[in-house]
This record gives sequence, C-alpha cells and structure tokens, in this order.
Amino acid sequence: MKSLIRILLVTTMIAASAGASAQQKMVPAQSEIAFISKQMGVPVDGKFKKFDAQMSFDPKSPQTSKVSFTVDLLSADIGNAETERELKKPGWFDSSKFPQATFTSTAIKGLGGGKFEVAGKLSIKGNSRDIVVPVSVTQAAGVSTARGEFTLKRLEFKIGDGEWNDVSIVANEVVVKFKIAVTGMNPL
Amino acid sequence: MTSDPGRYNSVAIFLHWLLAIAIIGSLCVGLYMTNIPMSPTRLKFYNWHKWAGIIILLLSAARLLWRLLHMPPPLPNSTPSWQQWAARAGHSALYVFFFAVPLAGWAYSSAAGFPIVLFGVIPLPDWVPKDRELAEVLKPIHQYLAYALAATIIVHVAAALKHQFIDRDRILARMGLGS
Repeated sequence: MKSLIRILLVTTMIAASAGASAQQKMVPAQSEIAFISKQMGVPVDGKFKKFDAQMSFDPKSPQTSKVSFTVDLLSADIGNAETERELKKPGWFDSSKFPQATFTSTAIKGLGGGKFEVAGKLSIKGNSRDIVVPVSVTQAAGVSTARGEFTLKRLEFKIGDGEWNDVSIVANEVVVKFKIAVTGMNPL
Repeated sequence: MTSDPGRYNSVAIFLHWLLAIAIIGSLCVGLYMTNIPMSPTRLKFYNWHKWAGIIILLLSAARLLWRLLHMPPPLPNSTPSWQQWAARAGHSALYVFFFAVPLAGWAYSSAAGFPIVLFGVIPLPDWVPKDRELAEVLKPIHQYLAYALAATIIVHVAAALKHQFIDRDRILARMGLGS
C-alpha cells in the first residue's frame, strides 16, 4: 500500500513537471492572427492563414514559461488580390526576402484571473522591437485559448517604405489581434 | 421653332449642372485611376472617387424628389412623338444609372474589403459582406453600368446639341443656357 502511494505520487509529480515544460500543441482551426490597418480612414482587415505557436506555458508558473510565434507573411489574406500582390513587394513585407515574422517572449507576468502580460521581441523584415502584450487565457473542453491585441507602428519595421511612408494615406498604427488555441496546457 | 422653350426651375437647373460636373468628373477619375499602378496616388483617387459617388447618390435622390414635386416644362409642341418618347426614356435611363452606378460601386467597395469612409471621417455601412467572389461579380457590374451611363450622357448631350444648333429650337435655354 505504501509503495503504491509512492508510485502514484511519483507519477503525479512527473506528470506535473512534464506538463509545465511540455510544449502545447496549437489547434490551427481555432486560432487566428488578424491585422487592421487604416487607409485614409478606411479600416482594412487582413489575416494570416499560416502561422505557428511554440508554447510551453504554465499558467501557474508564468515566469518560467516561454511563448514564441512564427507568422508566414506570404500567407497574408486581405480579401483583395491586388493589395496582396502589393503587400509582398519590397516596400511592404518583402516576403521573398523576409518570409516570416517572429515573436519570442522574454518575460511573462501573471496578473491573476487568467490575465497575463507577455513581454517579448517582435521581428519583422529584419527589424526588432520590444513589445508588451496583454493576453487573457480561457479554458474549455481541454482547449486553452489565448487572446490579445497590440498596436505596432509599421514604419518602425519599414513596412510601407518609400512612397508609402505618408501616414496620412496609410496610418502608421496597425492593430494586431490574435486568438491562439492550444491543447495540453495546465489548468489556470 | 419660335415658341418659348420653357425653363426648368432654378433648383433643377442648379442640380443638373452640379451633377453634370460631378458625374462626368467621377467617370473620368474612374477611368484614370483604374489604369495607374498601385501607389498612394491611386489610393487617393479611389477614395475621392468613392466620396464623389456617395455625394452623387445623395444629390440624385434630392434631385429625383425635386423633379417628382416640380413638373419640368413641357417639350415644344413641334416635337415628334417618337422624340418625346425617346427623351422620356433617355431621362429615365439617366436617373436609373444615377442610382445604379454608385450603389454598385459602394457594394463592390464593401465586398472588396474596403468599406467607404466618407471624407475619411464618416464610416458608411456595408450592405453586402466582404467576399472575394462577390467582389469579382460586382466589379464589372459597376464598370459596365458606368459605361452605359457615359453612353447615355453622350446621347443626351448630342441630342441637346442637335436641337440647339441644327433644329435651332433654343433647347439649352430650358437648362439655363441662353434665353
């Protein structure tokens, strides 16, 4: 009986520690990365069809958790072929030279109630900026969903360089909204 | 030929010429902007074109209402009945296009994912969803309706000039030009 309890205890501990460090698996069908830019006051929405999240996130231990994203810039879907062709050009994403944007967390802070503050480095087109993103996590039926949004300044990443740097035509601020669903996260 | 050609009232005359300038201007901008490469200039023209289209739509509604409330002067008695019929048909067609062209453009804009924000300030509602396939359908509809409007305007102007300079029935006076 004693040994059985010990085995149970050890297994639980292993499971718990494995849970903390294990990578979570993204559920692409329930995940979304969208962006909204403004052209002469007109909100233009787009989304990325291909991206991936590498998360080893433990809500109980945010400080030791790590999150990173890669976004395939060629997969930008703005609902309009002409704009998409334009977006791939060197002045914008230059996606043949810089096919991916990345985000890597440097510090995660728990704020309680499923809210977190994720600080990290956002790299697009060879330019990096430190950003802090508020994220809220909800859990249901074994799937954990992290939602958040932040605003980036496109010119800091040289997105829309040259003739397009006139922010009265295309606003500097671009809102990025994401919803990342993963399986395998520890309960909140 | 010597009979008084009559005259539209001054509001009708004002709206006619204001819309003539706005519509012909928008048709020209539309033709031009679709043939220049993607650039900030192109984007500006597109937005100006959309704003103008909405203004034309609103002014045309006001104009139609005014026309329904105020009978235009009758055509000269000497006008053959087929010409009277043709004039009525032509004017009706123009009114249909005054609404159809901007409405199709508005729908196309929404379907393409670029909702109209009047003067960059007032967001207008989308009455069709953002939908790539729908946009591909609406684009030629807007385009060919605009061509049809342009063709009808050309016939309208040609007919007026024919009356003025060949029939010499001083028809332009009806719209405030000459007496």
